[in-house]
Order: sequence, then C-alpha cells, then structure tokens
Amino acid sequence: MLSFIGRSIVHKIITLFFVSIVSFLIIHLAPGEPSQVDPLNPKFTPEMVERFREAFHLDEPLHVQYLYFYRDLFTGKTISWKDNLPVLKKIWERFLNSLPLFIVGTILTWTISFPVGIRSALFRGGFYDRSSTFFAYLLISIPGFFFAYILIIFVVNQFQVPVIGMETFGIGDTAWSIRVMDRIWHLLLPSFLGATGGIAVLSRYVRSQMLEVEGQDYVRTAKAKGLSPDQVHYKHALRNALLPFVTMFGLILPGLIGGSVIIESIFAWPGMGRMAYEAILARDYPVILTLNFVSAVLVLIGTFISDLLYLVVDPRIRL
Amino acid sequence: MDVNPHTDSQDYQLDEPLAPKRTRFEEFWRLFKQNRLAIAGLVFFILFFVVAIIGLSLTSGNDPVLDPAMVRLQEKLRPPLTKPNFERLQPDEVPTLGVYVFGTDDLGRDVFARMLQGSWVSLTVGFVAVGIAIIIGIFLGGIAGYYGQRHIRINQLIAGGFLTAGAVLLITDLIWAGAVFLLCGLACILLSYLTKKSARSRTKPAWTRLWYFNTISIDTLVMRFVDIMLCFPSFFLILTVVALLPASIYNIMIIIGLTSWMGTTRFVRAEFLSLREQDFVAAARALGLNDFRIIFRHMMPNAVAPVLVSATIGIATAILTEAGLSFLGFGVPPPHATWGNILSDGKRFIFDAPWLTFVPGIAILLVVLSFNLFGEGLRDVMNPKLRERQ
Repeated sequence: MLSFIGRSIVHKIITLFFVSIVSFLIIHLAPGEPSQVDPLNPKFTPEMVERFREAFHLDEPLHVQYLYFYRDLFTGKTISWKDNLPVLKKIWERFLNSLPLFIVGTILTWTISFPVGIRSALFRGGFYDRSSTFFAYLLISIPGFFFAYILIIFVVNQFQVPVIGMETFGIGDTAWSIRVMDRIWHLLLPSFLGATGGIAVLSRYVRSQMLEVEGQDYVRTAKAKGLSPDQVHYKHALRNALLPFVTMFGLILPGLIGGSVIIESIFAWPGMGRMAYEAILARDYPVILTLNFVSAVLVLIGTFISDLLYLVVDPRIRL
Repeated sequence: MDVNPHTDSQDYQLDEPLAPKRTRFEEFWRLFKQNRLAIAGLVFFILFFVVAIIGLSLTSGNDPVLDPAMVRLQEKLRPPLTKPNFERLQPDEVPTLGVYVFGTDDLGRDVFARMLQGSWVSLTVGFVAVGIAIIIGIFLGGIAGYYGQRHIRINQLIAGGFLTAGAVLLITDLIWAGAVFLLCGLACILLSYLTKKSARSRTKPAWTRLWYFNTISIDTLVMRFVDIMLCFPSFFLILTVVALLPASIYNIMIIIGLTSWMGTTRFVRAEFLSLREQDFVAAARALGLNDFRIIFRHMMPNAVAPVLVSATIGIATAILTEAGLSFLGFGVPPPHATWGNILSDGKRFIFDAPWLTFVPGIAILLVVLSFNLFGEGLRDVMNPKLRERQ
C-alpha cells in the first residue's frame, strides 16, 4: 500500500513536470506575441513594447522564461499581464464564484442520475427504460448553448424571472427572502446546464452497472430464497453496483476548476470559465498557464484519490 | 510422407460448405436491424451526408445557385416560409427557391443557404478531426501494444533527445545551435550503428554496455504521454490554441484531432496486448511476415471494432466542439457560415427571431444525435456480451 502510494506520487510529479513543459511550449511557440496584442493602440510605442518585454522577461530565451515563470508560480508572485493583479488571488475570487455552480451541478447530477439509472435497469426494455435512454442521448447530443437559450426563453416567458448574471442588477436593499430567491433562480439554470451531460452519462453508467449485477448468481439466489424485491434490488444488487461509483468521487475534482466557458459567457457569470476566456483573448499568459497547471494538478489528485478509493473499496486488487 | 491422408470420405467432407452461410456483414446487419434507434441514426447520418455534399455544390463557386452571402437589407429578419417582397428586390437578389425556407437573418441573408453552407463545415470538421485522431491513435496504440515490452536504450534516448532539441531550436530561429544539435544526433545514430557491428566480433567494453543500457519500455513511454495529454482540460486547450493561431477551419480540424486521440490509443493498445498472444499472430510470425504486415493486415482488422465505435461518437463530439468554438467566435472567418456562428449571430434576436436560434440548434442536435445513436448501436452489435443477453 505505502509503496503503491509512493510510486504513484513519483509518477504524478513526473507527469506534472512534463505537463508544465508542454503547456509552456504550446503557448510560447504559437505565433504572435502578447506585446503586440493591441497594435493600433497609440499608447503602445516601440519603447513601451520594449519596456513591457523587459518587465516580463519576454526578451530572455525560452528556458529562462520557463524557470522564471514557475519560480514565480511556486512563490505565489505571478502577476497578470493585463492588470498587474496577483494571479492566484484573481483565480481564487473567480473560483468562489464558480463554486456554487459546481456544488449545485454535482448534487443535481448525482441525485438525478442514480434513481433514473436504477429504475431503468429494473424495468429493462420497458417504456420507462426506452424513453430514459432516448432522453439520455438527447441530453448528450444537445449543444449546451442551444439548450441554454431554450431554457432561458422558457423560464423568462413562463415565470417572468431574470436569469442572466449572478443576481438581478440593482436588487441591493430588498428583503432577504427576495434576494435569496433571486440568487436561487440565477443559480439554477447554469448549474442545471452544467449538469446535463453528467446526468446523461452517469445514468447510463448506473444502468449498465446495475444490469451487470442483476445478472449475477447471488442475486438469483437472493430471489430464489424468497426475499422481497426491495431487499433483492437495494440490499444485494445495488450495494455491489455502487462499487465503481465510489471511485468517481475522485474524478469529479477536476470539474472544480473547469467551469464551462460557454455556459458562463451566456449567463454572464463571472466564474473561472469566463476568466479563462478573457485571459485567452488578452493573451494573458500567466493566467492561462496557471489555470492549466492548477487543473492538471487537480486531475492528478483526482486520479490518485480514485486509485486509493479503489484500493480501499475493492480488496481484490490490493496488490 | 508416403501416407495419403485423402481418403474418399474426407474428400467428400471437404466439399461440404464449412464456412457459416451468412457472411460477417450479413450477420452484423441482422443484429443491427433490431435496434430501431440505431437505424434511425444511420438513416439520418446518410441524409446529412447527402445534404452536405449537395449543399457544397449549391453554395460554392462564383455564381452559386443559393447565395449564402447575398445581403438584402430591406428583407431582414423575415420568418421562415415567407415569400420575398418582389417589388423591393433586384431581379438577381430574389432567392432561387422563391421563398425563404428558414427565413432571413439580421442582414437579410437567406438562412437556408447559410445552413447548407455550414453543413459542409460540420461534416468535414467531424470527419477530418476524427480521422487525424484515429491515425495517431492507431499508430501509437499499435506501437505500444505490439512493441510495448521492448526497452528504449540509452543510445536511442540520447540520439532522440539531440534530434528533438535540434528541431525545437530550429523552430525558434536558432539555426546554428539547431544544426549542431541535429548533427550530434546523427553522430549518435552513426556511432551506435558502428559499435553494434564491432560488438559482434569482440568482447564489449564497459561503456558500450552503458550505451545499450535499457531504460523505460516503449509501452510506458506512450502511456505516460497519454497521461500527460489527459491532464489538459480539453476544451480549454483547444480554445487556447485556436485563439492563438490564425482563424481557419483547417486549424480547428487539426487541433481537435490532435487533442482527442488518447481514447483510441488506449483501446488499440488493449486490443493489441491480447491479440499479440493469440495463435494466428504467432502463425503469421512463424511464416516470416514482417511486422508491418502482421500489424496492419492481421491484427488491425481484429482490433478495429472498438475504434469504429469511438470514431463514430468522436465525430459527434468534434461537431459539438466546432459548433461551440464558432459560437464563441473562433474558427471560420465571418462571411463563411457555420451552424455555430449562425446561432451566435442570432442570439441577439432570440425573442424577435427565434428561428435564427432554433434552426441551427436543432440541426446540430439532430446530426450529433444520429451519430451518437448509430455509434451506440454499433457498440451493442459488436459487443458479444451484450448480444447474448438479447
């Protein structure tokens, strides 16, 4: 166990090192330079460009820039080129905005997809199963931005509530109940949209796992000895079908930093996705690279946690 | 060998048809027909193919039949199926069909013609991007699966390192340093070639042993590379690179392809690992076939089923990604229409002209849905485990 953890951590650190190199190269070898992002701006004289390049080490060779960048990142001194604010603080503020979306989206995903998947596995081939299968494909296939507009039209026409932004503009000093309802309305649509893909995929996965377990011998034994269907399905089958999902808790971690670019720009939600989009447009390399690095770290931690959970949950693979 | 094995009865048996009566394709089709959703997907997929090709021929050229770029400012935001106002239009501005099938947008351009033009973009993006991903995936997965247990030696590592460094330096305009590194790499290859020859005749000195020291296996190398690629958040990576590169549809295809080959690599590797141990591969090797022929003629046809399924679903994903990029305003430069940018242009008029949102949205939905259903149908048919249950 300990040796597994040790080996895994070493592997992950090596992977992370190469990720940092690859992302740095991708960004710096792409054509165009951040100092030339605004050539029409009259304030950008050649001297300004020169000063800019010097201030951000852009005149150094690539490997020196690489060292500078990651030294700054690890000492927490990286600053955004756009507004000179510390990158980590900026990311943290946006992260707090994206967090409610992520939490509500995750709760929606896990609470909707399990009942749906289990039910369609129990009534396999029936009307419920077929229609939920079709809806799952529909949700996977619908473009997020199109679905967003359908929902916006629907909600605005039916309930007459504003949904764009984090809260209604100028709601400042009304009763707290109205403010809370307002926040909930604004939160509901984008987090549901963020969850649609997850709901569709996860419910299909729950269904196939459940079907697999329902076909096992011990489930037949349980039925044969006369247990009630509820006991067979939920005590014998479901508990074993849940095994792989325990490990998925680790894999939702990268979603923390993801933040959907498209959904957040449609709903004018000042979250991570929007910040990434703005940073890309402004060629704000420190922000792009830091986001990339943090998300790679989260992916690696996520897979690490899921490996560990696998070890804990399933004694068969404890080597 | 004077015993003649051919007795009469055995000859008679050999004349009997031994192969199953149905060919593999007939068997496949028989199973596939039972899945009604998959059939619907296939039909729509063929329809989309035909529409995209017809659309390309009708909307391209100097004097297209349906002009997607014709601006008629007096006819803007007309709802679908309205007749054009003939008095206010020049004779050459009248739409060929005599009616705006899908209405017009805010510049009075015919949405029907623009949708036809965009269908070709979606089709090519899907197929080319997935084609690139499949080629990379099969290549890397095949190498990792077939040669996986071989180790990379120090000399190969050094030579490869020199060559890569040289190439990178050449790209970054350091021609002299790059050339020096490339020469060093070539010298390494030459040196290892020479030492290999001399090592046969004499006892090896210590440094050649170090020179040929085994490091990591090829399998580890390829799979670590896959792990590295999987660490990048894919849509964010695509967005970054597309935003940094000049706007062009080919860049999008290449980038979507270059960032989505990891699944295929894993599939192909897993298949190859099990196929490599099977008897027909050993037989092929015993016959003295070269590796290339064994991999592509004997093993690949047996490993292609999961690749086909993931390719079909990959096309759906690529079309969605391209639509998302167009929606954000990247990709194809403006006058050219794609389904994503028709929707993106129309979003400002969502309450006044909902057809500008719904027509491209539903088109993308149907196409992606058909690919997904078809792909899942393929997976069900090709998976013998699921087949038995039916």
